[in-house]
Amino acid sequence: MAAGSIPILRVGANLLVTVQTDLHDAVAEVFQQDLLATIEKTGAAGLLIDVSGLDVVDSYVARVLADTGRMAKLMGTETVIVGIRPEVAATLVRMGYSMAGVRTALNVDEGLTMLPRK
Amino acid sequence: MAAQVLSRAELAIVTEDDVVTVRRRVRDLAHQRGLDSFATAAITTAASELARNVLMHARRGTAVVEEIANDQRKGLRLEFRDQGPGIANLERALAGGNSTVRSLGLGLSGSKRLVDDFHIDSTPGVGTVVTVVKWARF
Repeated sequence: MAAGSIPILRVGANLLVTVQTDLHDAVAEVFQQDLLATIEKTGAAGLLIDVSGLDVVDSYVARVLADTGRMAKLMGTETVIVGIRPEVAATLVRMGYSMAGVRTALNVDEGLTMLPRK
Repeated sequence: MAAQVLSRAELAIVTEDDVVTVRRRVRDLAHQRGLDSFATAAITTAASELARNVLMHARRGTAVVEEIANDQRKGLRLEFRDQGPGIANLERALAGGNSTVRSLGLGLSGSKRLVDDFHIDSTPGVGTVVTVVKWARF
C-alpha cells in the first residue's frame, strides 16, 4: 500500500504513514486521496501520521496534515499526528498555528496507545 | 553598519518544484552559516511561505538568497520579488488569517514572526518585494 510515494503500513487495526518527502501540491493531494481510499478498503480504526522525518513544516503542509485528519474523522477514523519535532512545534506556534483540534503524540508508541487496539 | 554580502544567488520561482528548491537552498545555507536548528527551521519555513506566496499570488517571481555578515555574526537575507497584483491592504495581509488563496492565510504574518528583520514593499498593479533577515545567535 502506498499514498503516492508514501508507504502505508498496517499496525493491528490501525494504519501508519511515515511522511518523509516534501508534501508539495501534487504529492499532497495524491497522499490524501490514497490515504482515504486505504482507510475505506481496510476499515482502519485509526490512523497514525509520523512526521518525525520532517525538519520543516510550513503552513501549507500543516494544513494538509490537519485536513487529512479531519477527512479521516468524517469517515469515522481517528487520526493522531506523531513525532512533531521541537523546531517544527516552535515554528508553527510562532507563526500562529497551534494545530488546534488535531490529536498529537510524542512518538509512534505513544500514538498507538491513543488508538483502538483491534 | 551595512552587512557584507558573502554570496548571492537568484532563483526563479515558476513551479511548485522551485519552492522546494528555494527551501532546500535556504536550509543548507542556514546550516552552513551556523544557525541553530530552531533558527534554521524558522528561516526555512519563512522562505517556504514567501516563495509559495509568490507562486500563488503572482504565478512567478524571483528569490534572491544572500549569505551576509556584519562584524559580529553571520546570517541570511532573502528577497522575494514578483510583478503580481500587489497587496492593496498591507495591514490586513500582515494581520494574518485572511487568505485569498488556498493556505492558512499565515504566509506574511507568520513569516514576519519567524525572522529578525522583515520588510515589504507592495504596489497594486506593480508587484511586491519582501525582504527578510535571520541572524545566527551569538
